[in-house]
Amino acid sequence: MESLERIKARAEEAVPGATIKIIPNASPANQPSLLIDSDHTLAVVQFLRNDAALRLDFCSNVTGVDWLDRTVTTKVKVKTLIDGEEKEIEQPQVENFPGYLETVYHLYSIALKHGPVVIRLRTADRADGVHLPSLTPVYRSAEFQEREIFDLYGIRFHGHPDLRRILMWDEFVDHPMRKDYREPDDYEYEPTPHDEVLERAKEHYAARPQLDGAENLAADEHG
Amino acid sequence: MNEGLLSELKKQGIFVTSLQELYNWGRLNSIWPLQFGLACCAIEMIATAASRYDLARFGGEVFRPSPRQADLIIVAGTVTKKMAPQVVRLYNQMPDPKYVIAMGACAISGGPFKQGYNVLKGIDRYIPVDVYIPGCPPRPEALLHAFMELQRKIEEQRLTGAGKADHLEASLPSEFPVPAFGEHDLQPPANPALFRPPAVERN
Repeated sequence: MESLERIKARAEEAVPGATIKIIPNASPANQPSLLIDSDHTLAVVQFLRNDAALRLDFCSNVTGVDWLDRTVTTKVKVKTLIDGEEKEIEQPQVENFPGYLETVYHLYSIALKHGPVVIRLRTADRADGVHLPSLTPVYRSAEFQEREIFDLYGIRFHGHPDLRRILMWDEFVDHPMRKDYREPDDYEYEPTPHDEVLERAKEHYAARPQLDGAENLAADEHG
Repeated sequence: MNEGLLSELKKQGIFVTSLQELYNWGRLNSIWPLQFGLACCAIEMIATAASRYDLARFGGEVFRPSPRQADLIIVAGTVTKKMAPQVVRLYNQMPDPKYVIAMGACAISGGPFKQGYNVLKGIDRYIPVDVYIPGCPPRPEALLHAFMELQRKIEEQRLTGAGKADHLEASLPSEFPVPAFGEHDLQPPANPALFRPPAVERN
């Protein structure tokens, strides 16, 4: 299969206006992916599927990812004048990255026996802008997995034929796989709690009776 | 009637019994379980019913596909919150007298999935359980043991007088409220009339 850079260049050429970014992967897997902008997703994916050299006809897997707001502090070397002398000192630089939700699709070609090409779509934010185009019109196998992502992460897929919850019940309002999800409190009985569970179980502990020493006297009397 | 006299009569070929003993003897040797499994424990339950372990030796061979014909529900596996109302409904549809075995860690307390948002932390929050079997999953021998414990329990049930069996007590319920799907959890999260967890007192 051709390189990801080449795929990106050809896709941008085939779909005018599309912006595709290569997301590097520093882990040992070294599996970089293509970040596609939401406005041109369907056209780009159709290109990936129909192009004679790629023919990525099979979407094996759709995953949701929740990225919280994060702050990255890096040290930058700055030249400043100290006592009339130019010196190089390190200054912390704080960068804020707003959070977003992401879907990751793994595309393979069964016809040409290659893959995967990993593509990513990102929402604008984690609150109101959780909208993404659905790939179900292109890959039918994405239907249930996109429903699962809608259920657990709350991403609204536009163009999905049947966007309902698939694991949790319809009346449920939360999205349990979001990192800020807090499960309902049913910790009233935990025989051996620890860590986070211990903290939450403590809220249910009965208060210790106030002792005034009289119970010791009573115990003494009984021998 | 005292035991010695009974034994003497038996030697002479005379068998004396009470209606209660006869009735319970009949019931305990013909317990029909509901054909119903939820997770991996169900595979062990199937093995128990099949030829190698053979639950039929103890009178439990007829797994019924309808709650209307079942005496026993073996809650075999993880009860998810989405499944819990259906389990309670099946229990409610069974005729009295009816018994419940909570098979495995999940049915007892949620087991390894206890901290999960989607798992019910023990079926005893909604229906009364007669025998608990620990294990993950319990082996077929453990299920047979639980079955025999249940038989012992049935044998000791009284038909009349004070302390008679619960199902003969008209004032006690034989059906329990089915929990509703709430916005965050099942409503109510437990039946307070049934589920009374021990108050934990720690410093």
